[in-house]
Amino acid sequence: MRYILRRMAALLATMLLVSLLAFIAFDLISGDAATAMLGTEATEESLAALRAELGLDRPLPVRYGEWLAGFFTGDMGTSQNYHQPVWELLAPKVGVTLRLSLLSFLLITAVSIPMGLWSAGRTRGEGLRTGLNQLCMAVPPFFTGILLSWVFGIVLKWFTPGQLPDRAADPAGAFRYLLFAAGAIALPRVAMTVRMLRGVVNDEMRKDYVRTAISRGNDRAGVLRRHVLKNALAPVVTFLAQTMAEIVAGSIVVEQVFAIPGLGRMLVTSISNRDYPVVQAIVVILAFWVVLAGTAADLINARIDPRLRLGDGA
Amino acid sequence: MKRKLLALLLLASLLGAVLSGCGDGSAAQAPEDGQTNGSTAGAASPETLKNEITVGIAQDLDNSLDPHKTMKAGTREVMFNVFEGLVKPAPNGDLIPAIAEDYTVSEDHRTYTFTLREGVRFHNGDTVTAEDVVYSIQRCASADETGIVPVEAFSSITELTAADERTVAITISEPSNEFLSYLTTAVIPADYTEQDTAPVGTGPFKFISRAAQDNIVLERFEDYWGEPAKLDRVTLKIMENADSILMSLQSGAVDLCAHLTSIQTAQLGDDFYIAEGTMNLVQALYLNNAEKPFDDVRVRQALCYAVDREQILDLAFDGYGALIGSSMYPAFSKYFDESLTNYYPHDVEKAKALLADAGYPDGFSMTITVPSNYQPHMDTAQVIVEQLREAGVSAEIVPIEWESWVNDVYVGRQFQSTVVGVDASNMTARALLERFTSDYGKNFINYNSPAYDALFQQAIASYDDAEQTALYKEMEADLTQNAANVYIQDLADLVAVRKGLEGVTFYPIYVLDLANVHFS
Repeated sequence: MRYILRRMAALLATMLLVSLLAFIAFDLISGDAATAMLGTEATEESLAALRAELGLDRPLPVRYGEWLAGFFTGDMGTSQNYHQPVWELLAPKVGVTLRLSLLSFLLITAVSIPMGLWSAGRTRGEGLRTGLNQLCMAVPPFFTGILLSWVFGIVLKWFTPGQLPDRAADPAGAFRYLLFAAGAIALPRVAMTVRMLRGVVNDEMRKDYVRTAISRGNDRAGVLRRHVLKNALAPVVTFLAQTMAEIVAGSIVVEQVFAIPGLGRMLVTSISNRDYPVVQAIVVILAFWVVLAGTAADLINARIDPRLRLGDGA
Repeated sequence: MKRKLLALLLLASLLGAVLSGCGDGSAAQAPEDGQTNGSTAGAASPETLKNEITVGIAQDLDNSLDPHKTMKAGTREVMFNVFEGLVKPAPNGDLIPAIAEDYTVSEDHRTYTFTLREGVRFHNGDTVTAEDVVYSIQRCASADETGIVPVEAFSSITELTAADERTVAITISEPSNEFLSYLTTAVIPADYTEQDTAPVGTGPFKFISRAAQDNIVLERFEDYWGEPAKLDRVTLKIMENADSILMSLQSGAVDLCAHLTSIQTAQLGDDFYIAEGTMNLVQALYLNNAEKPFDDVRVRQALCYAVDREQILDLAFDGYGALIGSSMYPAFSKYFDESLTNYYPHDVEKAKALLADAGYPDGFSMTITVPSNYQPHMDTAQVIVEQLREAGVSAEIVPIEWESWVNDVYVGRQFQSTVVGVDASNMTARALLERFTSDYGKNFINYNSPAYDALFQQAIASYDDAEQTALYKEMEADLTQNAANVYIQDLADLVAVRKGLEGVTFYPIYVLDLANVHFS
């Protein structure tokens, strides 16, 4: 219990730090909401007036404090560009991005773990497999996205690129659409996870306890399943948790390619509009999601490997 | 083996459950499995049955939708369908009566009396009254609300009255030939406070909804005073990714998309035809005239000779585009002076001679700041870099984000040169030419020509149309002769239109008129 509480406190501290860093970084880049809004209509005077109106002329700590106070009282502020409450803008997008990233995560797990185990210990065609593996790792998600859209959307017509079906009206269609987008995000991570799992399992298979187990007459598959997998899984779970950050980063690009109305796209435009209430809210939501995945991985690892739990209890 | 299968099955069901379970928590979730639903999304176009289309746009209308507030060109382009002024622009560049049915000008050319059309309605059902017109003009004249862009021409209004329900009289201090052009300013209902997010105007389409970074929906306004729009409904889908736009056109998700490049349109195939217009932009290598070495007219002229504009069109635009020689584009036929277009023919030797004359026999180094999200400008800059090298000038491209461009280049004037397109906010020559008068707030190139300033004063004071046009042309010539900038082209506007759709209309300003688009 104490362990969970401590993890939660760490989570909160991380979020605070992330939001502060985002705020500072945002302050450092050239241009602000006023220049973004006035665009080519901007003059020195009109900029100054708008900055005063938006409260952008106040020092950074004051603005951050105000934002933080608002956030903790459930008020994410109002988008300076859309003139709409931030939550109203983001609410329909949170679900889409969460579904997309979860789907990517499950794809990665479901594909890479069986593949990694299968490929461990097999040496035939290794050169080919390594080559393929590296190719998959190197291809950026936006390219995979375009390729998948073209092959499955334009040629095979399994889905209509640019038209995410409404989830209430056509849940199967919406699922299929997201599945292709998730595939684009997942591919490089699948390759990395397979490679990693294969390495860990191969290392493990060479260890004394495995040789002993096999020499005592246990079949290889049984040893793999009962003993090796358990030991090999801990680093993989940690690795998969870090994957969530990659997925979130990948989804920003893939949402654009597939025209999915998610948080990632919103983040990109909000940054270029210097719409800091929206940027802050999205950064916090995404960071929370990533950190939560990390926390979950730690808790799972603690179950898999009791040593971690003991270490903490002390 | 059995266990493996079971595990897989479990995983699959978990996948389904999680995916439908998380999110906005909207009602009943029964994901079923992926295969049951026989009729898949497919590319069968449902829009052939319904009288509606989907238009792809590259940027969201991510600002206030209030027509009097800061508006990005992309927002103005779409909201043209929602708002109208007393008069509105016609495709040929003329001003035609809109909310006003008619108007008279007094003997001294100072008082305009407008008679409003009878029974013009706002999208909320209210009838447009003279009060609304006065309110709208007043709002842009005083601009004391946050974010309202002041209409500078309105500062000359000395009297603005609603004589009765349908009559508005406007008196200005000095006669002005161009005053009418500013009355395209949108008329909106007085005392309506939701314009920012739920705009109400009088145009052929009414605003229905906006989902940030997703779509904007417009529907035909049934009570429109003029010829109603032909489509029932238009969904504008935001696709900031160029590949995604292409794919969506090919898949049938999008029916119409403007501002494509020739490379993109070449990939489209048989379902589309291309309507070609112009972007109505003055694309140039804009030079900071206050910055060394560009404060020397010979250097600026040398750059004009060094740049081969034909080659730019061939290399970067597949030959599309219209060459220009000053701050005016051909669609503004009344003011466009064709003789200026080839004032500086491509001549590297002459460029070198001019540079030597100016004290740079070995050339110099310069930077070209370019907003990196505008690919046509980036492409142009790349060709220019190569061309300048031949004349001994080594130029380096500095890519910059658009918002930073506005801040550093446009407002801060901290740059040497930049490639962008400058547009006209209304249909006057003034909108393009006033910006280079020496003390003007938006004279970002720091152009300083006393002759130019004097010509401008004469031009705006002139009431004779022919004389005024001649003066504006002299201003254009002044810009060319002094090589204020290296003028390049007005970019071609290529619009992909699904076959069976007709009625795409081009204007001399940056708008997308949807009212006339229809299925044949």
